[in-house]
Amino acid sequence: MKDMNMETRVLIQPNKIEARNVQVYYGDNHAIKDVDVDILDKTVTAFIGPSGCGKSTFLRCLNRMNDTIASCRVEGLIKIEGEDINDPRVDPVQLRAKVGMVFQKPNPFPKSIYDNVAYGPKIHGLTKNKAELDEVVESCLRRAALWGEVKDRLSAPGTSLSGGQQQRLCIARAIATSPEVLLMDEPCSALDPIATAQVEELIDDLRSQFSVVIVTHSMQQAARVSQRTAFFHLGYVVEYGETSQIFTNPKDPRTESYITGRIG
Amino acid sequence: MAIKFILPTTLVTLLLSQGAAFAQEAAVAEAALSPTLQRLLFLAAALVFLSIAFVMGRNRATAMRNTVAMMHSLPGFHGAVAVQWGALGAFAGVIAHAITGYPMGMLGAVIFAVALALMGVAYALTTIKPDFRARTFTERSVMAFLILCSLVAVLTTVGIVASLVFETAHFFQLYPASEFFFSTVWNPKFGGGSSLGIWPLIWGTLYVSAIALIVAVPIGLMSAVYLAEYASPRVRSWAKPAIEILAGIPTIVYGLFALITVGPLLRDYFAQPMGLGDSSSSVMTAGLVMGIMVIPFVSSLSDDIINAVPQSLRDGSLGLGATPSETVRKVVLPAALPGIVGAVLLAASRAIGETMIVVMGAGAAAKLSLNPFEAMTTVTVKIVSQLTGDTEFASPETLVAFALGLTLFTLTLGLNIVALVIVRKYREQYE
Ligand SMILES: Nc1ncnc2c1ncn2[C@@H]1O[C@H](COP(=O)(O)OP(=O)(O)OP(=O)(O)O)[C@@H](O)[C@H]1O
Ligand SMILES: [Mg+2]
Repeated sequence: MKDMNMETRVLIQPNKIEARNVQVYYGDNHAIKDVDVDILDKTVTAFIGPSGCGKSTFLRCLNRMNDTIASCRVEGLIKIEGEDINDPRVDPVQLRAKVGMVFQKPNPFPKSIYDNVAYGPKIHGLTKNKAELDEVVESCLRRAALWGEVKDRLSAPGTSLSGGQQQRLCIARAIATSPEVLLMDEPCSALDPIATAQVEELIDDLRSQFSVVIVTHSMQQAARVSQRTAFFHLGYVVEYGETSQIFTNPKDPRTESYITGRIG
Repeated sequence: MAIKFILPTTLVTLLLSQGAAFAQEAAVAEAALSPTLQRLLFLAAALVFLSIAFVMGRNRATAMRNTVAMMHSLPGFHGAVAVQWGALGAFAGVIAHAITGYPMGMLGAVIFAVALALMGVAYALTTIKPDFRARTFTERSVMAFLILCSLVAVLTTVGIVASLVFETAHFFQLYPASEFFFSTVWNPKFGGGSSLGIWPLIWGTLYVSAIALIVAVPIGLMSAVYLAEYASPRVRSWAKPAIEILAGIPTIVYGLFALITVGPLLRDYFAQPMGLGDSSSSVMTAGLVMGIMVIPFVSSLSDDIINAVPQSLRDGSLGLGATPSETVRKVVLPAALPGIVGAVLLAASRAIGETMIVVMGAGAAAKLSLNPFEAMTTVTVKIVSQLTGDTEFASPETLVAFALGLTLFTLTLGLNIVALVIVRKYREQYE
């Protein structure tokens, strides 16, 4: 009964992002082919699929991070709240402030833990004074389930943390700018089950304000945190729909083989 | 196999060729062949000999490997050990003769060296046993050789500093140290009665170098940022070498440029209208030209260092909605800072040690003045002028060159230490 409620709630959300006929090329390598995906507002969308199928590539299209790769060419239409993000009038800097990203590989800045989290609020002028900034840093670290481990060494370099801690630091850093859409590329790949559960809780929590797109290799995680799931395969989106439907009643045989562990 | 073999061989041939050079110099009279040909022959013979040693060692070990259950090291390592012993023998033979003054003549020396080398190889062949750790042995020899190389550099430095200190002490016996360090007048007279105060020279050196760095560091750093972060690969591929050409221009050409163009220009358009003097040689002239000369030291190195900052850091910053220039300022440059400090330091040492541009641009008058349009001079220029013409190191007027050299050395050393402290302090925060 509860599940039913959730699904109906999901269905009435408007589209936050619309992607139509997206093609991405790395030089001659056609990495994303004819992808149509709608990301709903206040919804968690999971991208699943075998390694190298283009999940990260597509995710990076959504905030134009592919601009930084010289060989990369993106075609097709991607709209956020009705606005074409590849329009020359759109400022990628503003877009990225709105569409935050947690990268597949943790990339803390070689600054203190505090400065890592405070980076976004500082450049966007989100806080008025030091006390407010302290508060934002603390709450973001708490929400990323890292506060307890680092509260006594906020001035230690972010790069001195363990891989999993760095991953959570990057999550804290991304949510500190309060983006409207948060793109998370395998945010739990280096986390233990407890931290994973905490991050999943955070994702669920973020859903009340933001829409979240998460790439994951864990079927259970996709099933647990997402309302919608897209299955990528060899650059195509093979199937996209309600998470419960994808996992219980996939329409495409390739989806079924992937989620039951036969291809990948 | 090839690499294991090449390393010891090259080093051995290097050593041998040096040894051969010694030998050859001492025995020119005996030489029937031309010296170059002799050296080449010696080198070729050493190479052939060591190759044979390698093959012998390896083959012997291979043969043994077929008869026993287990050999610790691969046959190639046993071959390498034979090469090492052979080379050591030959080297010891050459050195022994060089030190004792070739008692047996050139031919005798060669025969002696060959005999020792043969003994070395013969000994090496007897060490080939299943449990002989030829691999570890080779690793140790490589390490020993590397230590030897760094020792050469360290000892040379120690030697140079020691001779500087020694001669400086000699100088202070003839001339009071208090005068040298506290007098503000530099006025050497070759008949005696000079006053050799170092301050005008130090001041000139620092003044010129400071102007050079004020020119070079911002321009070099900005162009490095442009090249590394903004320029398209096409622009970069021609702009970077174009800037590096600046470093290849001989300093005498810069000197001409200072003397003929920059000096008069500064005098006519700045110094005279502003009433700051009418000398065309000035600190400003030398500083500006020197600044241009050291731009590539800053820009080229900084560019490489900025390029080495991982792209993922830039992505992280851009992904948070930072602009490219915020990313450069707040993430890329701080991450690259230790390297950039190094680049600036290199530029500074280059500026402090520069002589030609100063002679032609700033003149040779030792003066203490704040006016940048006045002629001044530097420590290096005075070292040159104290030593040209007079080769007898007996008077304070010539020996002062060593004191000046030591001062210069201390200056650059101090600069290095300061930079090291900056970098270390910064590292604590950033790495
Ligand atoms: N920077 C790049 N330059 C060139 N090709 C790239 C680049 N990044 C990705 N690709 C190519 O694009 C394709 C999709 O890569 P992508 O990183 O999107 O896969 P993914 O689905 O995220 O895989 P994973 O699950 O392993 O992270 C791959 O074939 C890859 O080789
Ligand atoms: Mg990926």
